[in-house]
Amino acid sequence: MDRPLRLIPTDPLDTLARTLEALLVVASSPLPVEELAAAADDDPERVEEALRLVGERFAEERSGIVLEHVAGGWAFRAAREEAAACARLFERPAQRNLSQAALETLAIVAYLGPCSRPDIARIRGVAADSAVANLLERGLIAEAGRDNGGGGAVRYRTTPLFERVFGLESLSELPRLDDVGADTAEIRDRLHAVAEKRSA
Amino acid sequence: MIVRELELDLDAFEGPFDLLLALVLKEELDLRDVDLAGIVTAFLERLAERDDLDLEACGEFLVLIAALLELKARALFPEEAAGLAELEPEEAAEELARRLAEYRRAKEAAEWLRERLAAEGDRYFRLGPAPLAPKVETPLAPQEPESLARVLRLLAQDPPEVSLSHMALRFPPVSQFLERFRALLQRRSRFDFDAEVGDMTRLEQASAFLAVLELRRAGELAIEQAAPFAPIRVSRVAQENNDQQERTAAWTVRSA
Repeated sequence: MDRPLRLIPTDPLDTLARTLEALLVVASSPLPVEELAAAADDDPERVEEALRLVGERFAEERSGIVLEHVAGGWAFRAAREEAAACARLFERPAQRNLSQAALETLAIVAYLGPCSRPDIARIRGVAADSAVANLLERGLIAEAGRDNGGGGAVRYRTTPLFERVFGLESLSELPRLDDVGADTAEIRDRLHAVAEKRSA
Repeated sequence: MIVRELELDLDAFEGPFDLLLALVLKEELDLRDVDLAGIVTAFLERLAERDDLDLEACGEFLVLIAALLELKARALFPEEAAGLAELEPEEAAEELARRLAEYRRAKEAAEWLRERLAAEGDRYFRLGPAPLAPKVETPLAPQEPESLARVLRLLAQDPPEVSLSHMALRFPPVSQFLERFRALLQRRSRFDFDAEVGDMTRLEQASAFLAVLELRRAGELAIEQAAPFAPIRVSRVAQENNDQQERTAAWTVRSA
């Protein structure tokens, strides 16, 4: 067996794709293109090109492993078809049994963050302490400085895990709530009219 | 239990709570005609049907019913409400509408998250602590043996003598000041604390202050201060009984 096995691809982009696959399988959180480029010692444009190649290989319905763009980076996850098998083996504490209070708090932090517990309590009309503690424990939100340039209440923002759990590429993928806003402008006008009439 | 789906059967209105809220906000239903106590009763009945206490539903209901009560009170007593509240009625209405709108947006966003979570529930991925980055070797710049020796000589010198004078700090006993202030208050009905301790050392002043606090605790004197850092005025308290001796003073300050 002196003949060398021809396993090594000659296409340099394919070589880069292999490197990226290796990096992604080792990583435990999504890797941004810049980080992949630095680790692969290649330039970001070529990394993006190679990622397309990897994405074709690891696509939904083609492979048990799927490449996805999530939380500002690239990561492997299990194919959706295999969720049932995964569920028998793994628990997902981050998203199990999120209460209405926790979801509302999470929504406020995601849309208005970084924001503090008093901010959240003002909007929800009830204290946010236990919901915030719950979300912190799950790793869906994290501390992000303090109000008033460091002296005030602790502020919170959502984590990359939040984006990953909810399958968001970034927070900008959250839907705009303009239609709801229009409705409330109408309510405000009506309330305003009532108030004027009654105070007159 | 969903508060908004609470079925109501009132004189002025029949249907789900949510619809009542919508009609009130759109001013198609006059809140003055609505029996709010009836809503509370309906909610409590629904609550009693269940074994467990749904705190979340209770919280939501309290917020909503409180808002309705405030609206109704303002509607019933427009003049009084305007006079009592800090906010003008239109400001209050504006503020209320703003909060309702803000909260509704939060609820809307929460609903979107809930649906999203349900849709993305079959995505499994690896989780774990971030892997450690490899240690970066930082080679030292070429070193001059002479400069190394210089630095070592500096290190080899005896450190300067450390002053231990503060270790001997002794707090004067608080009891000394207790007696002094008691005597002072027998002669004068009031005195100015700052003037009294002005020429003492800081430690004596601290003990003197503890003595004043102790006497205040025992009810032997009263302390007044107009503003932070303003002079502290100490005055005598009329004594009806002589049991202050029993209540004295467990203050002992140990030296540091």
